[in-house]
Amino acid sequence: MMVSVILFAPLVGAIIGGFGWRIIGEQGAQWLTTGLLFLALVLSWVVFLGFDGNAYTVEIGRWIVSGELDTSWSIRIDRLSATMLVVVTSVSALVHLYSFGYMAHDDNFGDLPYKARFFAYLSFFTFAMLALVTADNILQLFFGWEGVGLASYLLIGFYFRKPSANAAAIKAFVVNRVGDFSFGLGIYALFLMTGSLTFDNIFAAASTLGGEEMRFLWRDWNAAEVIGFLLFIGAMGKSAQIFLHTWLPDAMEGPTPVSALIHAATMVTAGVFLMVRMSPVLEFAPHAKMFVVFIGATTAFMAATIGLVQNDIKRVIAYSTCSQLGYMFVAAGSGVYGAAMFHLFTHAFFKALLFLGAGSVIVAMHHEQDMRNYGGLRKKLPVTFWTMLVGTLAITGVGIPFTQIGFAGFLSKDAVIEGAFAGGGAYAFWMLVIAAAMTSFYSWRLMFMTFWGRQRGDAHAHDHAKESPLSMTVPLVVLAVGAAVAGMIWYGDFFGDVARVAGFFGAALPDGESVLEAAHHVPGWVKVSPFVAMVVGLLLAVWMYLIHTDVPAKLVAAGRPFYLFLLNKWYFDELYDWLFVRGANWVGRVLWKRGDGSAIDGTVNGISMGIVPFFTRVNARAQSGFLFTYAFAMVLGFALFLAWITLSGGAN
Amino acid sequence: MSNLLSLTTFIPLLGAAILALFLRGDDAAAQSNAKWVAFATTAFTFIVSLFILAGFDRSAIGFQMVEEREWIGGLTYKMGVDGISLVLVLLTTFIMPLVIGACWGVTNRVKEYMIAFLILETLMLGVFMALDLVLFYLFFEGQLIPMFLIIGIWGGKERIYAAFKFFLYTFLGSVLMLVAMMAIWVTTGTTDIAHLYMVSGMTPDQIAVYAAEIGRSAEEVARYQIASDPVNVLGLTIPGGLQTLFWLAFFASFAVKLPMWPVHTWLPDAHVQAPTAGSVVLASILLKMGGYGFVRFSLPMFPIASELIGPFMLWLGAIAIVYTSLVALVQENMKKLIAYSSVAHMGYVTIGVFAANQQGLDGAVFQMLSHGFVSGALFLIVGVIYDRIHTLDIDAYGGLVNRMPVYALVYMFFTMANLGLPGTSGFVGEFLTLVAVFKANTWVAFVAATGVILSASYALWLYRRIVLGDLIKESLRAITDMSRREKLIFAPLVAMTLLLGVWPSLAIDLISTTTTQLVSQVDSATSMAAAAGQMALN
Repeated sequence: MMVSVILFAPLVGAIIGGFGWRIIGEQGAQWLTTGLLFLALVLSWVVFLGFDGNAYTVEIGRWIVSGELDTSWSIRIDRLSATMLVVVTSVSALVHLYSFGYMAHDDNFGDLPYKARFFAYLSFFTFAMLALVTADNILQLFFGWEGVGLASYLLIGFYFRKPSANAAAIKAFVVNRVGDFSFGLGIYALFLMTGSLTFDNIFAAASTLGGEEMRFLWRDWNAAEVIGFLLFIGAMGKSAQIFLHTWLPDAMEGPTPVSALIHAATMVTAGVFLMVRMSPVLEFAPHAKMFVVFIGATTAFMAATIGLVQNDIKRVIAYSTCSQLGYMFVAAGSGVYGAAMFHLFTHAFFKALLFLGAGSVIVAMHHEQDMRNYGGLRKKLPVTFWTMLVGTLAITGVGIPFTQIGFAGFLSKDAVIEGAFAGGGAYAFWMLVIAAAMTSFYSWRLMFMTFWGRQRGDAHAHDHAKESPLSMTVPLVVLAVGAAVAGMIWYGDFFGDVARVAGFFGAALPDGESVLEAAHHVPGWVKVSPFVAMVVGLLLAVWMYLIHTDVPAKLVAAGRPFYLFLLNKWYFDELYDWLFVRGANWVGRVLWKRGDGSAIDGTVNGISMGIVPFFTRVNARAQSGFLFTYAFAMVLGFALFLAWITLSGGAN
Repeated sequence: MSNLLSLTTFIPLLGAAILALFLRGDDAAAQSNAKWVAFATTAFTFIVSLFILAGFDRSAIGFQMVEEREWIGGLTYKMGVDGISLVLVLLTTFIMPLVIGACWGVTNRVKEYMIAFLILETLMLGVFMALDLVLFYLFFEGQLIPMFLIIGIWGGKERIYAAFKFFLYTFLGSVLMLVAMMAIWVTTGTTDIAHLYMVSGMTPDQIAVYAAEIGRSAEEVARYQIASDPVNVLGLTIPGGLQTLFWLAFFASFAVKLPMWPVHTWLPDAHVQAPTAGSVVLASILLKMGGYGFVRFSLPMFPIASELIGPFMLWLGAIAIVYTSLVALVQENMKKLIAYSSVAHMGYVTIGVFAANQQGLDGAVFQMLSHGFVSGALFLIVGVIYDRIHTLDIDAYGGLVNRMPVYALVYMFFTMANLGLPGTSGFVGEFLTLVAVFKANTWVAFVAATGVILSASYALWLYRRIVLGDLIKESLRAITDMSRREKLIFAPLVAMTLLLGVWPSLAIDLISTTTTQLVSQVDSATSMAAAAGQMALN
């Protein structure tokens, strides 16, 4: 019952807020959606803290049932979904609250009302996300998956008058669909091999999958491997991993609260969630896991390099998100699923915090997003500054080495890196360590360019910059508390000793104790390496952005091609545009003009060249002439048939 | 009521007769009367058709509510429904009142227009319920005439070309079907669809039982099974024999109707020239006759041929999806784009049917149903702005959301349904057919599944160009949002699309009463043929 309320409260809010705001008013819609979200938040924490390790399922109704295919609408509560419940509802509730302030004034819409629509979309997103994480079958998970995709599309394109926003929205949806294409094939394969789409049945069949071959395209493969690969490519789309990551930076066209909620804390982690959810199957797919590790590590590195040089404050954080998602995948692929969830959990707090902080800065600076026009905002935006500082300490991983004392990211990121060393291989380990240094560099660069130094850019904007209202700063403070202590509180549960982690997750995770055990016994230099990387990044940033502020320009001048390569995001967009967008259009045009036009119609018309003009002429003479001919032919045919049957003695 | 099916079928014809006989004049009042009579007739037909649903026995196998009586010249008038035809009948009766509602703005020869639609409805209902080949042929061919007139008289500038193209394609296909029907009659001695349908997969023992049930001799009933031993035609050995030949002849007709690639090119032209209401009927119902033909004739009557040709059909379906989706991407005309999208969506029907398993058939029929609501709605959506601006050119629009928020919302909803978002009916059919074909051939599934990427691309791109952005075009400055009448037309479509998306069992439970039987029948026929060595050339 309680879990049903958690799931449907946001939906009710979305429906009433979205359709009924003319009756209850825009204010009413805002309060209603936010109120219902806080209700879901409280209940989610009750479920999470009171969860005793025994999974249960609440069935709501039947969905697609055809032959042996049987799926239902239901809510599955186990440790994974309970964890996701608190992540999703916490961030969502705070983002709802924050949006009161952030969306209070918007010049994009003139006199058109937009607030109720915005809150309704946010609540609808939350509903879809909750449906995703509480699914007890992979098809409902896919429902939520696509639902959050729709919400993401709607919110990225929220400023529907801006062409760039509309383009970004389509890009997000279509790139995600590329992933979904593979996800879909994974679901079909699961059904083919297990005869069911319900998680319990799939998990029960996992070891069989690991031992079976299935035909896929040109040859037979191990079934678990095929399924693992296909599902992971789906996850790559949603979680913006390399090759399918290009939509995420563009998604920053949406309002900043959206970036915090959807494109940082929750939706983009759905891919990681999927991998962890399917971990019982993944355990039997070593090659797929290796691939997950490889893609995750590469993404962590690639996104971090791009983050180094971006000047738009939201894009820096977007690439940072992309990079951190890579960490989570490395953990999942290495078999330390607890660490993946741990980083997902802490990342939700500090990344939402950083985005909301950035939003606060953006509002204060009259929607200026270029950090080159910031500077010296420390005094003017004290709350924003201090909370973002906490967020930066968390994401860069500040803590005391060899202890469990530190900001959230310190504990979870170190857990991921230790797991990577134990189960993911040297490539993943070194990529993540290097990325950690870069994370530290770009995060501090962001802080220094925004809050330190002299004021740059439009003086007017600086003069009027003032701290955001309470509705925005309260969420910042709450998230800052989370970013500071969440790691220390839950370290033991997610990444503690093997028995404790097993007890915490119960049956939700496969028995991966060997990797976890190994991760606890990595050499000291491995444990300290992310800390060293963090310090290196910090010192470099201090040197380049606080002490010798002329160094960045010199570096850019010295390595211009390299700089452009990074600034232009490795030229993925240009490549894809040329290859896929233009390619598809070119093929479409050829098929249309040459295929439909010349080949098909040409042939047919060629054959009937004598016929059509003839009939057209007939038609011109007498409007109904042709029709008469036809009717006559039909009657004649019918009469012939009839005569034949009658002559032959009747049908019976 | 033992005449329920005939009653449902002929109520619209009665309405047409009333209009033809009693309505005089062409002034505004007469036009309004004609519309109201037509609307009342179609609405009443819908209500009557609900009684069929109410009386339908979900546990029974085979055809129900069968009406059979002697007719001219030893022919039989036979009607009946099973799960598959029932959902299509309901789709037809559901859509028609909305179609009439969409004609409200027409002022040219209104009475005749309404009569054409009413006659068309009778013929369409007849197609889905006829259980005799001759009767079926009459209905099937007959509806060409009103549709031809609807395009040719009330259509756009190029209406004559489009009407003839529509006509020639469909007519040429039908000629072959007629020949095959005659041949069936000659070889089996019956024109009874129900018997031909039921016996194809039966063992001799089952045939004896069935023969006793219908009161005929076992030898006679055994003839109803169409032979599948190879035959020689002009020195070529045809595997599947007569079944293959008949199959191909029927295919010619159904493939054009569906339409399948590469005989689909009449459809975009027909749609572009047809008036809005004509497009809706064409997309929602007429296209379903191809798919219906596959599940009513091709698969059950010629199971061996279907099994032999099926793999090839899967590829045609997959090609249709990819090819027409790519073509849709580059269209500049709204209706053409949606027409191509329509062809792509019918590709799922093809692959579902010829995957020939439970999910495939359920999915194919469900997809037909869903497509009836969704593509019908999309053509209505085009009609809404065409009525206001009088152009189908995509470039003439842009930024409509600024003045038409309700329209933008409805259009977004159906865009999502069109690209198969889970929770809308569009997802269910796509999903089931793809699941089904993945079992049969992963390559086909792989190719067909790219449709989910392409459909998102063209659908969202179209939506963006028409609805989103700033409203800058002078011609659009005064455009008004949907009227009450228009909202009333869309409301039931939205409701059905959502309802079937969230609770598809509502329809699948009906459909599967028939498909379960059909699958086992086809399996049994193919295994018997395999035992007889007839599948060797596969």
